[in-house]
Amino acid sequence: MTPLASGPIIPNFGHANSCITGDHIFCWSWVRDHWNDTLGPALVQHVELTAVAVGIGFGLAFTLALLAHRFARLEQPFGVFSALLYTIPSIALFQLLVPFTGISWTTVEIALVAYTLVILFPNFVAGLRSAPAEVIEAARGMGLTRRQILLRVELPLAVPAIIGGLRIAVVSTISIGTIAAFLLPKGLGYPIFVALGNPTPFKTEIYSAGGLAVGFALACDAGLVGLRRAFAPWTRRARP
Amino acid sequence: MTSAARIEFDGVTKRYEGRSDDAVHELTFDIPAGCFCVLVGPSGGGKSTALKMVNRLVPFDAGDIRIDGRSVRGLSPVELRRGIGYVIQNVGLFPHMTVADNVGTVPRLLGWNKSRIRSRTDELLELVGLEAEYARRYPAELSGGQRQRVGLARALAADPPLLLMDEPFGALDPITRIRLQNELRRLHREVAKTVIFVTHDIDEAISMGDRIAILREGGVLVQYDTPDAILAHPADDFVAQFVGEDRALRRMALHTLGQVPLETVSRSETVSPELSSRVSVRTAVSHMLEAGAEGVTVVDDDGSVLGVFRLERAGELL
Repeated sequence: MTPLASGPIIPNFGHANSCITGDHIFCWSWVRDHWNDTLGPALVQHVELTAVAVGIGFGLAFTLALLAHRFARLEQPFGVFSALLYTIPSIALFQLLVPFTGISWTTVEIALVAYTLVILFPNFVAGLRSAPAEVIEAARGMGLTRRQILLRVELPLAVPAIIGGLRIAVVSTISIGTIAAFLLPKGLGYPIFVALGNPTPFKTEIYSAGGLAVGFALACDAGLVGLRRAFAPWTRRARP
Repeated sequence: MTSAARIEFDGVTKRYEGRSDDAVHELTFDIPAGCFCVLVGPSGGGKSTALKMVNRLVPFDAGDIRIDGRSVRGLSPVELRRGIGYVIQNVGLFPHMTVADNVGTVPRLLGWNKSRIRSRTDELLELVGLEAEYARRYPAELSGGQRQRVGLARALAADPPLLLMDEPFGALDPITRIRLQNELRRLHREVAKTVIFVTHDIDEAISMGDRIAILREGGVLVQYDTPDAILAHPADDFVAQFVGEDRALRRMALHTLGQVPLETVSRSETVSPELSSRVSVRTAVSHMLEAGAEGVTVVDDDGSVLGVFRLERAGELL
């Protein structure tokens, strides 16, 4: 490959060929050459970003939902608080947090956790409530304790709603996570951010990073659908 | 097999918070061991409340309920309930569990081992008339009638001496309901447990009960007797109206031709139509009216003539 003297100014352009210098729709050679230094690390960071946000969000939402289920008075304050968080645009939320947590990984995670919480909390509460009244009455009538009803009846019946909530939370976290690049040079949003920063945005970099984000989201979603099949087998079969 | 339990209601009273009337008012009656007792009455009669006080799903304010002489307050509600079968109108099967796991619920709580639970489940499915292949299905794959069969099997799982049934067939279509009523009667003869069965349907009460307790608004017990005695001698106008003006015909339905005195006749004196001794007097009267006949010839299962039953005798039975 012959490096060309003239052409658009492209960051990390490496072995520029005509596809790259001409900024064609998509250049596989660029993806190959920059997997190790740009795309791969960005994907790994994005996976970490998502996993931490959804993991913490899941733990918090689950705890809060159990509390709200047990003490009905708590549901409304919890719900209002998380809904308020959701109304703040993500970039604004990042900026609001900067004075407290600095321009850091923590800032990004706090914002992402807040968003997963808004999605997960109402889903989890609805899931725990989804056990029909007659099912609970039968369970009490058979002598299940309150704890046994929660563990053996309400929680298993909440699985479809819990996984449903996770599907939305994971996909939206992956998508909102790209915006974190406005704050930190991390995640799949960063290559896009860099490409957009050029006078002539480099298409391949935008498409490849964007495509990876989409692929990652689809893979997570498929995995969660599989989990639901495994943990809620009764939802698959119904009387013909 | 556990023996049946005797149940005593002793001045039991319940008033729900914020109400000015009692839901159940000084309810006192005894249910002998092995009796199929039906609680019947209009809505607001407190029959479901009375039933749910037995397993303490509803706490009562005064009086006591005793099972085999022991107060239901003597045990924790959880322990008490594990020893009592409970069947409700909407069944309440656990949607996330297979039929087998649903049936095995109480045995699991009681800590039975797996093989014992399994063999008990198989036995119960057969008892309620479900094929073994249903064991692995989920409730959503069953019809309403099949679900209630599973509900019944689940209630019987740990072989409780007492079965509480709260309008168990109320949500079923008439054909399924009658089939399940008949099977429950058969089952009751086989397992000989005490059953307390709530319904608002007087026909169901008459056809199912060994004894019927009629409750009226405010949870007052107005009559407690056998179906035959209630139809023959309603305690007051309320009962008379509740059992219906056709109570004479209903009574006839309680007796079969095999149970009433027949006129002995020779072969040549038989009349048509000819009916089995298993047929009810009510059905026989209907046949006579339809055929314009004044009598029917009653035969046993082998076809040999037992005698003649005449229309004019039907009135005397009442």
